[in-house]
Amino acid sequence: MAVMNSSFYTIIAKPLIIACVFTCFPLMSGIATAEESTSNVVEQTTLTATDADTAIAPSDPFQSAVADLTQQSFTKKGKAIETLQSFDDPRTLKLFKYMLGSDLYYRKDDKVVVLVDKKDDKYIATEVVSDKEIGIVEKSSLKKIVVNNKLRKQLRGAIAQLSLGNKDTEVRLAAVKEMLRDPSPDVAEMVRNALTKESDSAVKETMETVIALSELNSDDKAVRLTAINTLGQSLATEAFNDLSRLVQKDDQGEFLEADAEIRAAADAALTSIKDRRGFYELTETIFFGLSLGSVLLLAAIGLAITFGVMGVINMAHGELIMLGAYTTYVVQLLMPNYIEYSLFVAIPAAFLVSGLFGIAIERGVIRFLYGRPLETLLATFGISLILQQLVRTIFSPLNRSVETPQWMSGALEINSAFTLTYNRFYIIIFSLMVFFALLAVLKKTPLGLQVRAVSQNRSMARAMGVKTEWVDALTFGLGSGIAGVAGVALSQLTNVGPNLGQSYIIDSFMVVVFGGVGNLWGTLVGAMSLGVVNKFLEPWSGAVMAKILVLIFIILFIQKKPRGLFPQKGRAAEN
Amino acid sequence: MQYKSLFAQLFASNRGGTIFLGILAALAIIVPIFNLAVPESSALHISTYTVTLLGKYLTFALLAIALDLVWGYCGILSLGHGAFFALGGYAMGMYLMRQIGDRGVYGNPELPDFMVFLNWQELPWYWYGFDMFWFAMLMVMLVPGLLAFVFGWLAFRSRVTGVYLSIITQALTYALMLAFFRNEMGFGGNNGLTDFKDILGFNLQEDSTRIGLFLASVIALALGYLACHYIVTSKFGRVIIAIRDAEDRTRFVGYKTESYKLWIFTFSAVLSGIAGALYVPQVGIINPGEFSPLNSIELVVWVAVGGRGTLYGAALGAGIVNYAKTYFTAALPEVWLFALGALFIVVTVFLPKGIIGLVSKLKSKRSETKPPDAGAIPKTEAES
Repeated sequence: MAVMNSSFYTIIAKPLIIACVFTCFPLMSGIATAEESTSNVVEQTTLTATDADTAIAPSDPFQSAVADLTQQSFTKKGKAIETLQSFDDPRTLKLFKYMLGSDLYYRKDDKVVVLVDKKDDKYIATEVVSDKEIGIVEKSSLKKIVVNNKLRKQLRGAIAQLSLGNKDTEVRLAAVKEMLRDPSPDVAEMVRNALTKESDSAVKETMETVIALSELNSDDKAVRLTAINTLGQSLATEAFNDLSRLVQKDDQGEFLEADAEIRAAADAALTSIKDRRGFYELTETIFFGLSLGSVLLLAAIGLAITFGVMGVINMAHGELIMLGAYTTYVVQLLMPNYIEYSLFVAIPAAFLVSGLFGIAIERGVIRFLYGRPLETLLATFGISLILQQLVRTIFSPLNRSVETPQWMSGALEINSAFTLTYNRFYIIIFSLMVFFALLAVLKKTPLGLQVRAVSQNRSMARAMGVKTEWVDALTFGLGSGIAGVAGVALSQLTNVGPNLGQSYIIDSFMVVVFGGVGNLWGTLVGAMSLGVVNKFLEPWSGAVMAKILVLIFIILFIQKKPRGLFPQKGRAAEN
Repeated sequence: MQYKSLFAQLFASNRGGTIFLGILAALAIIVPIFNLAVPESSALHISTYTVTLLGKYLTFALLAIALDLVWGYCGILSLGHGAFFALGGYAMGMYLMRQIGDRGVYGNPELPDFMVFLNWQELPWYWYGFDMFWFAMLMVMLVPGLLAFVFGWLAFRSRVTGVYLSIITQALTYALMLAFFRNEMGFGGNNGLTDFKDILGFNLQEDSTRIGLFLASVIALALGYLACHYIVTSKFGRVIIAIRDAEDRTRFVGYKTESYKLWIFTFSAVLSGIAGALYVPQVGIINPGEFSPLNSIELVVWVAVGGRGTLYGAALGAGIVNYAKTYFTAALPEVWLFALGALFIVVTVFLPKGIIGLVSKLKSKRSETKPPDAGAIPKTEAES
């Protein structure tokens, strides 16, 4: 008796420990990122607090300069702008932007200057000095601060300068990018000054592009040639457009640019840009392909266990994924204040929910149907219909929205032609982690050993004392649990609804069959290659057509190699 | 002699089939009379809605028989038979579309409404000829038949069997569904083909046309049943059953199993196409939803519920499940998928031979003298 108990312990507990280890790893890194973001918040709040303090102070120079804007004379307003510009105040930039857009008003009764957002014919006012939103205000109680063309020009310059001098790199980069559109010599001069103080490399590069763009129309040929060379290194659309203009012909077939040397240089620069863009596009397609591939891998890997190792056709696999996604939704409902960490709770929760459902399905239905694969297919399809309707009845047929934690949204911008979105990036990492964890479970744990033994020769395994029934139930539970974990990942990418599973089931089967049944590595290669092929076809044929082509390809491929890319070899392959 | 023995055999040793044909004959006589001759106020009157519904069930029954032929007798579980059905339906739909002529919303004599809407200038080449009924009918059989032939040729030759075959047939219908959803395909995209006016000059809305279509469905079902029955009782059919039970052994005996499978699969696809062609004028629409994998797999359940390997059992199953579907989706829409799902499980786990199997089991318990049906699934497990 005791011996049996201990074997139960090793079968059940070991995989659980491993599951914990691989779920804890992202948990720790997640906490680190979360800490960073909270410290940011703290910094912001202290900033606004000091703002409020300065606003209360009676003899505030900022306040008096703002008050000067309400004067009638344009010259006096111009002076006030200059004064404001000389303060290093975070409120100034916003104030200038509103003033330029003619959205700056003052209250007739107390001459307090306000920023106005117009929405559906209503005026929503915010006080400039205290940065407090007042709410909807009567139009008649306000008077607009009028600007003329001279002031506009002054404001534009002031805004550009303030933005270039801003502490925040993002603001500076955005400002410089804005300047790419209109690189006049004045702007270039300003950028040149700012360039000497700039430290960030990305901002520096864009600044150099702005300068080069303005120098493109210079009278000095040498300057123009260096400018063309600089632009050849840039990936900005404006650089490409301006360079193309140099090599274009007019209606009469004459070159717009008379100088042949300039044209040759521009041509060379354009080729270099095209080459680099082509490279980044290729990298991006591969990245998209890999991220699609990892979604496929996540969806298929549970199936690779139940179908590949056990030979059970589980048509309810998609619904087990769906259950995982709904588990994420429920977890977020239970901890609305901790969305950032919700995924780390959802992963083990989904593993348990889907895994338990899987064990129930195996014990309740599938075990009566071993050796009858077609019947198993039909019965599990019935289960999938029941699960779908169950979810519809409990959660309504509408899609539920699952929130994406802060650390998963956003993108890593490598340059203007190549950005990696974090959610895709994490999905790739996550799918690989799940894959290797599963591989470790199958290769290094007693459960894995027994699973492989049963899948290779059931009766022999039985004869050696393996409790095949238990192994079947646990293997099916493991495969289903992985499906649930896949559901957590998918909830971050697609809509969570009753039809979530259906849309992945055929793809998952294709991946497993394509990669070779009973071979986890085959599933990995199959998923990744199908994902990449799909993304390469998409620009050429359209998304739907790409999918159709991939399906046709797999159908034809199976004719040629009925056992997939990496067929199982040896005695286990005989049946 | 051969001719006589066929009928003798049909009516002598096949009581289920005899009853089935008898029911069909009764339907063919009773339904038109009670619809056309009996006044509407009478309790015995059968409404045109019911006639159309029955006609729809009959086309489903024909489809189920076609699937039973390949699944029940040859062991090929196709999860893509809905595709052949839909292709037949689309061929018919294209004919009906051309019959609208200039009565469409845009009044274009050549182009169907959706093409005018998409700003197409001329008819795509594959729409030519569909204004002729004979051509459309030829295509109803040819298109599904050809697809099945090519697909089967590829699949059976490379010995793709069992669940692999099921999965790639499912992929086939899924790919076709995605393709037909595209507007560029020229089959009406998402909305499909609809708004039909008349068939062979008869108005589709009239009761007499509906009765005509109903009778055509009865006749098609009866002929389809007889043809399948003839096939499975012929020598060819014996080989087919042998393939189901032990494909390798049959191959080693010297039969070219892949050709047998290919022909039975193609014939079944043609039959499904005909069923689809009869279905479309009765329901008045065909859209890419018919290609959805769910439809094809539901079809498998009809056959499983009725009892596979009996032909008439498949027809019975189609009738029962679809009646239940009509009833549940109207009365208790929430429950339908639960019921259908439970049906899948109950039938596969507890009733592997379906209702017919249950009936004959009960009978044989009463009198243990009757030999088992030739077509029935043997008790020992057949599939590998």
